[in-house]
Amino acid sequence: MDDPVILRVENVVKTIGGQRILDDVSLSVKKGRLKVLIGPSGAGKSTLLACINFLSPPDSGTISLDGVPVNGKSKKELLALRQQVGMIFQDFNLFDHLSTLDNVRVALVKVKGLDKRAATNRAMEELARVGLADKAALYPAQLSGGQKQRVSVARALAMDPKVLLLDEPTSALDPELIGEVLTVIRDLADEGMTMVMATHQISFSASLADEFLFMEKGRIVERGTPTTLLARDSGSRTQSFCAKLSELAGDGHCELAPPSGA
Amino acid sequence: MDGFFSFALDRIIPALDAGLWTSILLIVPAALLGVFIGVSVGAVRVYGPRPLARFCDGYVSLFRGTPLVVQLYFWYFALPNIQIGDVALVLSPMWASIVGFGLCSGAYQSEYIRGGLLSIKRGQLRAAQALGLTPLQTISSIVMPQAFRRALPGCGNEIIYLVKYSSLASIITVNDLTGMGRSLAKSSFRNTEVFVVVGLYYLALVTVAAFVLRIVEKKLEIPGFESKRD
Ligand SMILES: Nc1ncnc2c1ncn2[C@@H]1O[C@H](COP(=O)(O)OP(=O)(O)O)[C@@H](O)[C@H]1O
Ligand SMILES: [Mg+2]
Repeated sequence: MDDPVILRVENVVKTIGGQRILDDVSLSVKKGRLKVLIGPSGAGKSTLLACINFLSPPDSGTISLDGVPVNGKSKKELLALRQQVGMIFQDFNLFDHLSTLDNVRVALVKVKGLDKRAATNRAMEELARVGLADKAALYPAQLSGGQKQRVSVARALAMDPKVLLLDEPTSALDPELIGEVLTVIRDLADEGMTMVMATHQISFSASLADEFLFMEKGRIVERGTPTTLLARDSGSRTQSFCAKLSELAGDGHCELAPPSGA
Repeated sequence: MDGFFSFALDRIIPALDAGLWTSILLIVPAALLGVFIGVSVGAVRVYGPRPLARFCDGYVSLFRGTPLVVQLYFWYFALPNIQIGDVALVLSPMWASIVGFGLCSGAYQSEYIRGGLLSIKRGQLRAAQALGLTPLQTISSIVMPQAFRRALPGCGNEIIYLVKYSSLASIITVNDLTGMGRSLAKSSFRNTEVFVVVGLYYLALVTVAAFVLRIVEKKLEIPGFESKRD
């Protein structure tokens, strides 16, 4: 319970084109925990994740990693921050001209300065971890969506991030490919990776998350443990949002998945 | 066609061989200049500051929108009449041609480069940024290798066009393949033979250029980047 806080987001405000996209958002993530961002499209989930690693710098507020506030004006600090914060995108964003192996290896060589051999070994380890060691020589155009997303996870993990940010990692996938990516995410959670994930996979993440944060119009309007928020009689926004989603998906249930189920 | 082969061997080929070197000395620098301008202007049009990008757009419209012959006349005949202070710029026929072809080719090349740069999805730039790559590393390791592959077929075609339109240099008195051919045709009255052989020389040049480009394309080909030329 008293694990150290790895990532702290305090009073972050982001305005784009005169519109408040993030309005005083705060959260903190302890080592080995998973925070899940839920909310309708346009709520600001992607923007919040992008503020954390300064892909989209916050207008005000503080991001601290391991208790040290990041100075967004220092290019050096930003590069250092990004090395320590991995990011998984909805549409994978693999480098199209690089093989699977090189996708994982490129930052190890260019950013971490590993020699080619060490980088190869490390990259192959991470590919094995996501079950793609046999696909090392293939190019993104030759992979399925699920495989691409697993490569992007390997690419992020190879950098030894302290935190992993996942922006709807399964939303661009065909339904039959979602499972393989969720399995990888579950393994990461079990191994104690610290993560912040935006997702619509509510019942899946309920079994792993330490806290649900429900966002709307740039604010966190509700937060609590999955058990509390998803209780049938909780009357929470999260519960009704989840019920609506599962109604649309037609799977007719919105509750805590049993711990072993997928 | 009386004595065609001996005429070709004794008169045409020696004359054209001299012209061939002139043509090559024209085409190679003009192609390099064109590619250099194309890459710079293409990059500025996509990533550069707005006023500079608009200026480069203007350059491309101007050079694509006027006949190449007019451009050559400008560099060779008109430029010396434009005085800036006391200085007027007089270009030799050779330099006027290289500048003219390079600037015109660069305008077209920049279109292909621009297309190549635009084809790179923004998400890949964000992914590179998120991994901690610097902007310079992103350009050299992620952007350029992809843009180059996408632009290569177009840029290659443009170089092949350049081989052929280099023949226009002869109208501003350069003794290139076409110029040498025309002098010989005039003095020997054997237009047919001469221009057939001139044509074959260009065909050979284009074939060699196309062959080299094909090899480069094949070498760089990877899944997802197959050239769509058929
Ligand atoms: N670059 C941008 N320019 C203008 N508006 C943006 C930009 N990025 C995001 N937005 C707006 O910010 C809001 C939040 O977007 P986003 O963070 O993508 O939400 P979510 O990920 O929760 O769907 C949306 O209303 C969106 O239109
Ligand atoms: Mg989003």
